[in-house]
Amino acid sequence: MKIPLSRIAHARSGDKGDTANVGVIAYDQRHYPILVREVTPERVKRHLGDYVKGKVVRYELPNLGALNFLLYEALGGGGTISLRIDAQGKTYGAALLGMEIDVDERDLAG
Amino acid sequence: MIRIANGQGFWGDWLEAPVRLIEGGPIDYLALDYLAEITMSILQKQKQADPRLGYARDFPPLIGRVARQLRDRGVRVIANAGGVNPVACAEEVKRLAPALKVAVVLGDDFYDRIDEFLARGWEMRNMDNGAPLSMIRKRILSANAYIGAFPLVEALATGADIVVAGRCTDTALALAPMIHRFGWKPDDWNLLAAGTIAGHIVECGAQCTGGNCIADWQTIPDFANIGYPIIEAEPDGTFVITKHRGTGGRVSQDTVKEQLLYELGDPESYITPDCVADFTSIRLSDDGPDRVRVSGVHGRPRPELLKASISYEHGWKAAGSIVYSWPDAVAKARCADRIIRERLAQLGLRFDEIHSDLLGLNACHGPAAPRVQDPPEVQLRIAVRGEDRSSVERFTREIAPLVLAGPPTATGFGEGRPPVREVVAYWPALLPREAIQTRVEVFE
Repeated sequence: MKIPLSRIAHARSGDKGDTANVGVIAYDQRHYPILVREVTPERVKRHLGDYVKGKVVRYELPNLGALNFLLYEALGGGGTISLRIDAQGKTYGAALLGMEIDVDERDLAG
Repeated sequence: MIRIANGQGFWGDWLEAPVRLIEGGPIDYLALDYLAEITMSILQKQKQADPRLGYARDFPPLIGRVARQLRDRGVRVIANAGGVNPVACAEEVKRLAPALKVAVVLGDDFYDRIDEFLARGWEMRNMDNGAPLSMIRKRILSANAYIGAFPLVEALATGADIVVAGRCTDTALALAPMIHRFGWKPDDWNLLAAGTIAGHIVECGAQCTGGNCIADWQTIPDFANIGYPIIEAEPDGTFVITKHRGTGGRVSQDTVKEQLLYELGDPESYITPDCVADFTSIRLSDDGPDRVRVSGVHGRPRPELLKASISYEHGWKAAGSIVYSWPDAVAKARCADRIIRERLAQLGLRFDEIHSDLLGLNACHGPAAPRVQDPPEVQLRIAVRGEDRSSVERFTREIAPLVLAGPPTATGFGEGRPPVREVVAYWPALLPREAIQTRVEVFE
């Protein structure tokens, strides 16, 4: 079944120049493998569409049940140059949590 | 065990937070982080206008207000409030709190030595695009090297009540007291990494104690009285993140994890002037209500180069907005956007970028925003940026006319013409360590 990522994960996002970072964290450590399987860099890039002009790189933190995504050229120039309302990517975590992922009951039971 | 609190996540954070940390329970050190990358350039401009300015002006009055409690409770303060004028900052602190001993850390600011550095072959190329610094030489507003915890330790060793630094790393503010009290050595990489990670967790103030936390945010108690973070640090590098009893907010593994991920790059290599910390080694465990224990941290040797934070002038910008109500608010706002753009083009104005957002529709999340059918209202926000100030100035006069001369139901223009702001851009670069010599000055 399809569920929004927000059902099993929370997130925080921030910026470094024109690169946004989004940390995605499983509420339940047992769901971390679902994040690894479902939240791929390709799908993240597709979900955020033309808000991310550059590449998406994923890092794994199994110790925290978390993934860290770097979204390059994703802030309209970044910092003070960007004319966007969210020039620092503060809301990108919430945006990513709206992504749909594919899970079955067995997955969620851990 | 020592307790290190953080009472300020940026310049502009809650003024009461440091006071409540001092009065609300035991702490030994109070770290205050005032500097963002952009703050340095603002301070540099203030200093150019008035040589007595150029530091975080909230800081001296705060110390004046709490001077007595600091003395009574034996709390020492470490702050990067000095900006580009740490000596002026320290003098103002002394004026408002004469009984306190103040130590200033100097040497991070190399604005007056840029040409000397360039002549020595230190090109300071932009880390993002490789461009040489000479490209923007004439437009530079500020230049600082990020210094680590050890210069702050030297300042603590003078016995000062207040340590004022310029551009030290945010994490150094919390790491320095650990090194000072526990006698950690410059090559104790695991310990330095542990203290650095503690510093990272608290550097944004309440952002690790329930602030800006997505996890179960509706159940986080009493935001109005949120407790700012306290590190209970042990000599072996383990520590607990907590807050004063009776304060609002929450410390849980969820709130701490969110902050650990904040502004993180490669988690195996969190680089500071003191060490390279490995975030994949962190172990978290519950330690009672509003207490999270952190252990297991690994570190690697510090980098050979220091990071420089250079800011420069990059033209002008302005953003104006206008609100359209239901029905067809989106169509009306898009129509207004087209009108403004057509008029800007007719006037022959020059911009590097024109950007429009529809607030209430998709401005934050763009293509990822959920679809909304005919919202009750939307706000058109249109922004321009360019090198030509007069073009940006003229743009600010092109929004109000839409109220009477464009699509119907326009409102929300009560605040008048938007201000023109200078754009200050940031130039990340590297410098050899030998370029920067820090020193400590004491004001008795």
